[in-house]
Amino acid sequence: MTLSFNAETFRDDYTFANSPEAIRAFPFPFERDDYTYTVNIEQHVPGPVQSATEFPIHIDEHYVAEMHDRAITLSQDPLRCQSLPHMMTAEWDLLELLMTSMATHYPETFTLTRDGDGWHWMNRPLGLDQHFTFGDASTLPHGPMEYVTRQCQGDFCLLDQRDDNLWMDAGMVTTQADWSLDFDLGMNFMEWHAPVPLAHDLGIFDRALKFLLNLQQGRPVRRLNWTMTVNPRLDTSPENYHRWGIDKASVTPANVGDKVHLRVELQALWRLPRSNAIVFSIRCYLIKMDELVTQKKWARRFHRVLASLPQPIADYKGLARFRDTTVAWLSRHDDGLPTSPGFAPD
Amino acid sequence: MQPSPIKSRPLYGTLVPVRQATRHIAIAEGEGASAVTEAFRGHDALSRTIILFSPAPRSTDCQQETLLASLACEALHVASGVEDLLAELVTTLSAATMGTRLYVSGSEDFIGRVTSEALHQGIDADAIQAEHRGAPTRRVQCVHCKGFTDGVSASPAPCAHCGLHLLVRDHYSRRLGAFMGVCIDAEAPGEIPPAETFGA
Repeated sequence: MTLSFNAETFRDDYTFANSPEAIRAFPFPFERDDYTYTVNIEQHVPGPVQSATEFPIHIDEHYVAEMHDRAITLSQDPLRCQSLPHMMTAEWDLLELLMTSMATHYPETFTLTRDGDGWHWMNRPLGLDQHFTFGDASTLPHGPMEYVTRQCQGDFCLLDQRDDNLWMDAGMVTTQADWSLDFDLGMNFMEWHAPVPLAHDLGIFDRALKFLLNLQQGRPVRRLNWTMTVNPRLDTSPENYHRWGIDKASVTPANVGDKVHLRVELQALWRLPRSNAIVFSIRCYLIKMDELVTQKKWARRFHRVLASLPQPIADYKGLARFRDTTVAWLSRHDDGLPTSPGFAPD
Repeated sequence: MQPSPIKSRPLYGTLVPVRQATRHIAIAEGEGASAVTEAFRGHDALSRTIILFSPAPRSTDCQQETLLASLACEALHVASGVEDLLAELVTTLSAATMGTRLYVSGSEDFIGRVTSEALHQGIDADAIQAEHRGAPTRRVQCVHCKGFTDGVSASPAPCAHCGLHLLVRDHYSRRLGAFMGVCIDAEAPGEIPPAETFGA
């Protein structure tokens, strides 16, 4: 399959939009009609053809525009990409994982040729042709993690494993839902999850950590997480919150369909072979309400989930100012009929 | 010691000299001198103990300094302020050997700054003890301009660098030695709720 790429923006004039194919590939995160708080981890195995999980690393029509947006964010705030000195082996592990997966599943777009430690990488849409020596950072224009994640959709964190804990010791984070890599760098699993309400008391993080410490190489796992964003803005960082926060006050009954987006994170975790670190990838998908309601089942279900969301969760996700307006708008697209089982559109 | 409801915030204990340590470095600010004195008075570790002390900000009281001088430790350095003390700490740590233990006491923002600097100098977190003394003020990093504001006693508080009004989030970084401060009126400019003073 040959990919074609949208010319679109995720800031200023916000021209981002999904094609009908991208809408049907959207990883809709609700399996039921009401809200349930679960860890919902499953094996990261291939999903249906033309879905977000068809391949381990998903490249889609937004690829070029997202990489351009990342470059802008990095030029304004280099601290979005950081790595502690002991993470270099894990950086190379990550580069291998991403390049191998991208070249295997999108051979017309990316090519990787390996001759021992002499590697040759070609990225056609970004016009890059790079010979380098695997393991020798001086042969790349950036560190290995920064080099490869400037060319792969999604945020990436590298978690070091020691003392029966996971440590956020490196990352490329430019499309985040209101958390700061610069602030959380060096924290352990419990520390970086400190601001999340309810889950600590439910023991969710204890169980999740125990599970992840035993993650096996070659058996990655995934989960979906979600929030909502006003305007299709990838960079909803705390660093720039004083700039984008005001957007939340701009939602009116007349502009919900265009302005309000469901924001879904396809999160995956891989054990790395040399470093024994874990890759935590957070791939962000956006869909505006006008696009979402083209799928009748999703319109009905999202209306019901959003209406039943407990207030503390709505507050934590930052939805307070526009939830009611959005629920009222969605109610026009919910005829009360039952929905079919599963995530997929009808 | 009280349980902390903030999962990323350290729990502070009571200083106890580690007998087998080859070298002890006690670092105190203001009322933290009392914690050091209580822990080390009469202890045989004193002959291997260096004390770095900074008076509390805007304090002219010499009582704490007198207290520390009475301990007869290996060396006592009295700094003119926290910056001076941190510089002295870096010099001391550059000569430190394996088996060195650190004991920090003072306000929470002081503990945060000292711990952050010590970690930065390669000291293992397990080799650092901390005991909280004095006012429950916090050190806050503005997530927007990245500037630090010391001695914050309530939230929201203005950033000393960019002037934004910051909500002090229940999130603490040991690497930075600071709580996160996030613009409180981003969604409704000018709507700033009354400041609430921190409890202990």
